[in-house]
Amino acid sequence: MTQTAVKQKKELTGRQKKKIRLVLLLLPFMVMVAIFSYVPLFGWSYAFVEFSPGKSIFESQFVGLKYFQRIFSNPKDFLMVMRNTLCISFLNICFSVLPAIFAIAISQLKSKRYAKIVQTCTSIPNFISWVLVYSIVFMLLSSEDSALNIILKNLGLITESVNPLGNVDHAWAMQVAIGVWKSLGYNAIIYLSAITSIDQELYQAAEVDGANNWQKILHITVPGLLPTFFVLLMLAISNMLSNGFEQFWLLGNGMTWDKLEVFDTYVYRLGIKNMEYSLATAMGMFKSIVSILLLTFANWSSKKLRGESIF
Amino acid sequence: MKTKKVSIANVINIIVMALLTFICIYPMWYIFINSFSSAHAINLGVYILPKEFTVEAYKEMFEIAGLPASIKIAFMRTIIGTTLTLFCSSFCAYLLADKDLPKRKLLYRFFILTMYVNAGFIPYYLTISNLGLKNNFLVYVLPTAVQAYFIILIKTYIESIPSELIESAEMDGAGLVKVYIKIILPLAKPILACIVVFAAVNQWNSWADDMYFMQGRKAVDLHCLQYVLYTKLQSNIVTSQAGAAAGAIPKVSSQSLRMAMSFITIVPILCVYPYMQRFFTKGIMLGAVKG
Repeated sequence: MTQTAVKQKKELTGRQKKKIRLVLLLLPFMVMVAIFSYVPLFGWSYAFVEFSPGKSIFESQFVGLKYFQRIFSNPKDFLMVMRNTLCISFLNICFSVLPAIFAIAISQLKSKRYAKIVQTCTSIPNFISWVLVYSIVFMLLSSEDSALNIILKNLGLITESVNPLGNVDHAWAMQVAIGVWKSLGYNAIIYLSAITSIDQELYQAAEVDGANNWQKILHITVPGLLPTFFVLLMLAISNMLSNGFEQFWLLGNGMTWDKLEVFDTYVYRLGIKNMEYSLATAMGMFKSIVSILLLTFANWSSKKLRGESIF
Repeated sequence: MKTKKVSIANVINIIVMALLTFICIYPMWYIFINSFSSAHAINLGVYILPKEFTVEAYKEMFEIAGLPASIKIAFMRTIIGTTLTLFCSSFCAYLLADKDLPKRKLLYRFFILTMYVNAGFIPYYLTISNLGLKNNFLVYVLPTAVQAYFIILIKTYIESIPSELIESAEMDGAGLVKVYIKIILPLAKPILACIVVFAAVNQWNSWADDMYFMQGRKAVDLHCLQYVLYTKLQSNIVTSQAGAAAGAIPKVSSQSLRMAMSFITIVPILCVYPYMQRFFTKGIMLGAVKG
């Protein structure tokens, strides 16, 4: 009797020891996460002071909402950046149906081997860096000795080199096209796996009812993909303000600046290149807060419409 | 009649798919064949196979200032960064999966919330700067060591391992670290392999952190390959040290050098690509995961 009690007590302390050990082992990683993700949040205070690097936050003069006022009182740049960011995101969202269509097209291929090859090859661009995408666009389209220019010159169609990256009128279309090229195959995979999880009996039943291929796609496959599409749409909406620093920093240039300066590139230019730390922090803060609001909205609408939150 | 219509649609489908495949593959092939062609041939156009085969561009490329060092750094950051991510994320996931951890849910949220919290670039930049990580190799590997996505994936996997296995090992007196090494690591191999591949590709493809944080004079030897390629694409003329010193007309054109550099930057990705495919669906989960 007493022996089991002693044993129990020993086990209990053993368990407590384990608990302490667990916490101690986890602690360094928590510190790491805190440093890189949570400590920077204190940097939001830079937006409220006259900050310059090298000075501590306490030596800097408090200016209240001055920088926020500056964003909205002289909104020319801000509005341009906002327009570019939102328009590009909107176009990207419009084209996010393409991977679903592409996945349906792949699933319609009779030869599974061919389908596999198509899927494999089209996902490669997703795994190369944006620098390489820039390099490819540069070599194939826009440089002096690009494939495009050599072909056009050899055909005698042009004498001066053309530069599609410098064309401000088609800048958005160009960037959206590049984005689709990079992500189409990879984004189709999630739809492909959704297609395979659709109940095969539905198709058999439709066949019995005399449905043709188009009808099967329209009435079974498409509704089967809608939930996936909806989740991805919500994620895209919550990410509306971040359409990628790398793409626009690399593929934008002086000629297309008016169309391709987006939030992320603008904050970087403003803060690091122009040393406007406080203003750039204020802009970044604005972006973070709007993003959180969009996320909450996306989650809320998901709960309302599907009865399930996405996060 | 009906079947014929469908088959026409099928043929169109096959052709469109072939076209899309071509558009995705050809740019890389174009770079490959051009990098092995002479400057003269490049100007005339090289489209299908290398013309006037030469490896001059590759020879010359290794003479470009900073390029050999950048290849070394790129491999170093990929190997060290991936190892660190693998170890930190999996160990965290293991600890967070243990039901004995006090306030487990709260601690888990502490990690997961990092996916949604973003202070913005400037505060992050100044934090890195204050930590002394500017112009420091560690900036490549430390911030990515503990990743919420990976933690979710590994934790979910660990929770699917029968708990009797872990408990019996604990009965035998194995400590936390021993259980992690002897049981968790071998059993979670499939998911860990997936994470290795994705973390490695991310490391290899990173260049923005290089541009942000490696601007000091001390950092000239710390640039990675992607960044050096970026700077060479930006500048009009690319020369090797020897070419610049001689002041002569370079044997190899800037375009050939860029082609060769681009190709060696792509090669490692193409090498791991066949292995990656198995992890595609899991990798997608990384992107659209539920917290």
